[in-house]
Amino acid sequence: MPWIDACASDDIEEEDVIRWDHGGQTFAIYHGADGAFYCTDGLCTHEQVHLADGLVMDFEIECPRHNGVFDYRSGKALRAPVCVDLATYEVRDVDGRIEVLIE
Amino acid sequence: MLRAGEGTAIAPSDTSAAPAPRDYTLTGPSARQAAERGLVAAEWYHSDVPRKKMKELMARRDGPALRDSAIWIGLHVLFAAGGIWFWGSWIAVPFWLAYGVLYGSACDARWHECGHGTAFRTRWMNDVVYHIASFQVIRNPVNWRWSHARHHTDTIIVGRDAEIAWMHPVKLALKALAYVGIHDVWTSLGGLVRNAAGKLSAEEKEYIPQSEWHKAVFWARWHVAIYAATVLVALGMLLAGMGWKATIPFLLIGGPRVYGCWHMIMTGLLQHGGLAEDVLDHRLNSRTVYMNPVSRWIYWNMNYHVEHHMFPMVPYYALPALHEVIKHDLPSPNTSIWQAYREMIRAVMRQRREPGYYLVRELPATARPYQGQLHAAVPERAMA
Repeated sequence: MPWIDACASDDIEEEDVIRWDHGGQTFAIYHGADGAFYCTDGLCTHEQVHLADGLVMDFEIECPRHNGVFDYRSGKALRAPVCVDLATYEVRDVDGRIEVLIE
Repeated sequence: MLRAGEGTAIAPSDTSAAPAPRDYTLTGPSARQAAERGLVAAEWYHSDVPRKKMKELMARRDGPALRDSAIWIGLHVLFAAGGIWFWGSWIAVPFWLAYGVLYGSACDARWHECGHGTAFRTRWMNDVVYHIASFQVIRNPVNWRWSHARHHTDTIIVGRDAEIAWMHPVKLALKALAYVGIHDVWTSLGGLVRNAAGKLSAEEKEYIPQSEWHKAVFWARWHVAIYAATVLVALGMLLAGMGWKATIPFLLIGGPRVYGCWHMIMTGLLQHGGLAEDVLDHRLNSRTVYMNPVSRWIYWNMNYHVEHHMFPMVPYYALPALHEVIKHDLPSPNTSIWQAYREMIRAVMRQRREPGYYLVRELPATARPYQGQLHAAVPERAMA
């Protein structure tokens, strides 16, 4: 279960999200309002739109195409048209580098 | 590459024969063809907006929608009270007409914006206004949430989009009747009663996930129950000898969707009328129209329709600002409702003679060209 280096912590503004691609998968990495970092699958479970263009508000990510909402800490689907939760990944900040635990 | 111009025929047409109707169902051959042509859940053209700017534009606040909703509710009360107070006098008429527009037209924009969840920052406020407005506009709040998601995935893609207002060949009489809501209300109420009986159509089952079907039935039953209560109250008033006053419950509930929907239809038909089907660039299938401030308030700025489709995350109160940011990349907006209607009606009348014709509006010199390459997989859309 390797920790994979994803980006620098200052690559992501607070309350924002970026896209990160690794090993044929795409992810979304968030910088929360609490200063912590989080990672989920990159594509919305509704219609596979990338969440990196969405709106980060509090601890939620809103899909840019249909406004479905997830809690990006737990991946829980909060608002239709999303019904299926997002997969989440553990994240750590190592000396200003964000690493994601990919199983 | 697509060329801008006053109008471009995109398919050979035989003007001597009556055009064959297109299949607009979501379960017929058009649905299969749309998938084969790569038009389903496709990548759409977007104007460039820096992320920092887009974050500003997407930011949510409760203030603007709280203010507008307070005015909206307050005016409902004011005009209904005036209509009842002056009952029996001609002075009541303008009160009812105004009440009708607030109920039967403004509801559409509230349903729409709160359905997107963009009007308020606070989610339950969006949900409350969404349900009130869904009731007023006679739409099942579950069905229409899903049909509208599809409308944004596959905007005016025939066989996919459940909300295409202009189906070809256009039936002008039905379009004219829409301004008084009679046909629309009849079919909408029929749909609610069917849902309340526990039945969903094949099309509804196509775009609503099975996990949501029971919610569609639940809300339809509530709506039907409110209409049934309205009828009972009116009957009670009639039996109590109140004469024509027994019509007041209908003037207050349900009726405005008939006598007050004209503004909703007037603005709604402009959104995509006369423009292209089966394209992947909202600049080709949606219309932005400059409107007077009253219409913009009733319509919650949905006159910026290209902008809304390109970036549905932007709340209604930020659409004018978004328009300023990307207008260099969009066709010139129509300058008024009247000017937009002249353009649209001319195009629609031509579409009746020339199936496949659609209006291609000129882009400013600063704009990136229409994205013809996005439609390259569609042979009849490959333009000279």
